[in-house]
Formats: sequence, structure tokens, C-alpha cells
Amino acid sequence: MPTLAHYLFVSGGLFAIGLLGVLLRRNILIIFMGLELMLNAANLSLVAFSRFHPGHDGLPGYSAQVFVFFIITVAAAEVAVGLAIIVALFRAKQTTHVEDLDTLKF
Amino acid sequence: MQLALFWVFAILTLLFGAGVVVFRSPVSSAMSLVMSFVGLAALFVTLDAFFIAVVQVLVYAGAVMVLFLFIIMLLDLRTEGRRPVKLAAWAGGGMVLVGFLSALTKVVFSLPEAAQTKPDLPLPGVNDVAQVGFALFRNFNLPFQIIGVLLLVATIGVVVLSRRELK
Repeated sequence: MPTLAHYLFVSGGLFAIGLLGVLLRRNILIIFMGLELMLNAANLSLVAFSRFHPGHDGLPGYSAQVFVFFIITVAAAEVAVGLAIIVALFRAKQTTHVEDLDTLKF
Repeated sequence: MQLALFWVFAILTLLFGAGVVVFRSPVSSAMSLVMSFVGLAALFVTLDAFFIAVVQVLVYAGAVMVLFLFIIMLLDLRTEGRRPVKLAAWAGGGMVLVGFLSALTKVVFSLPEAAQTKPDLPLPGVNDVAQVGFALFRNFNLPFQIIGVLLLVATIGVVVLSRRELK
């Protein structure tokens, strides 16, 4: 049977991959995908904790799953707004490469 | 059996997650992200969170990734050319990664319940959709309404952002 530590390490690994994507990739869309990976890693650890810490009635903590539901909703809203910003940015600059976006650079 | 399934889906999730970062074509990255989300949904099923697993597939693997692919198509992105590798960026990334993973290892092994296996559910078939619904509409009713307003704001924001200026 997998233990809590198994799930936490998968969650941490997924978060680390997302973080590396944000740090190392220069394409703004891939950076966005890295953000999604990090959000999902947080969801996995929330659900794992809810399953491994049952309440008084022996059921998993469903508050954590409601929280995951909210995170998914906020992430969907964030993706919609973020991609609209990327499209607007592409219209203005014709690039999705973060190093070409240096207008605000001093 | 459960442990074998856990490893299959954990490795699937992590490998395709790494694919998102490694692939040079944005379309390959997006498809890899879909597979990673499907693996994650399977991991939710092994944790008896069926509702979250279904929502994960519907919202992430479905809606969000279609949006991503649409934008990739709209912007007509090609495979990135090779740019010179920035040694400082890779060194910084590696340092952050090692620091994060070592901190995680330390925290997980200091948890008293880290080696605990899943406690049994009181009944074999708990209706988890009903349970999540009760929690959502009884204890979290106000946040639920606020999330609805957030989605409305996001919708209006996207319309305003993507409107073309009339000249």
C-alpha cells in the first residue's frame, strides 16, 4: 500500500518540475504550463492529506477536496485571463519569447 | 496491486510532466501536459477522490488544454530554435531544485504519519460526490458564491482584453 510519503514525494517532484519549467524555459506559454503543474502538485498533496487524516466519522476530510475544487476553478479563470494577456502581448510584439519582452527593462 | 498502480501512474505523471519542460515544440508540451493531468486524475482515484478526479479530467485535460492548444494554433507557434544555453540560469535552477527537494525530504521524514498507510473507509462505497456537495453547499456556501463572481469577472476581463481596438 502506498504511504503518505509516496504521495508527498510525487507532489513535490511535480512541483519541482513545474518550478524548473518556469525558471528555465523562455517561451511564455511553457512558463504558463509550468504554473499549472505547480498548482496541480498542490492539489495532489491536499487530497493525499485529506485521505490520510480521516475525521471523527472515519470519512476523509472533504473540506480539503472542496478547497481543491476552488483551486481548479481559480486556475481555470487564471488560464483564461493569462492566455488573453498572452494573445494581446503577441499582437503588440509578435513574440512569445520572454527575452524579447524588455520594454520595462531599465 | 495498489502499490503497483500507484507507481505506474506516479511515473506516468512525472515523466510526462518532465516532457512539458523538455520538449521544444509547444504542441508536444501541451499534449504531454494532458497526459500528465490524466495520470494525476488516476492518482486521485487511488486516493478515493472520484469527484476531484473527474473534475480534473473535465476541466484540466479538457477545457484548459483545449484553450492552450487553441492559443498555440492562433499564434502559429513553431518549434523553438536553439538559443544559447544560459549557464547561470541552469545553475540557478539546479540549486533551487536541490534546495527544494532536500527541504521536502527533511519535512516529509520528520512527519510522524509519513509512513502511515491509508486508513480504511467506514463503508466500502462512500458516495464522495454527495459528501463534497454537502461540504460545498453547507460549510463553504459563501466562498462558492464568491468563486462564481470571480468567474464572471474573469469572463468580462477576457472579453475586454481580447477586444480589438477600433481605429
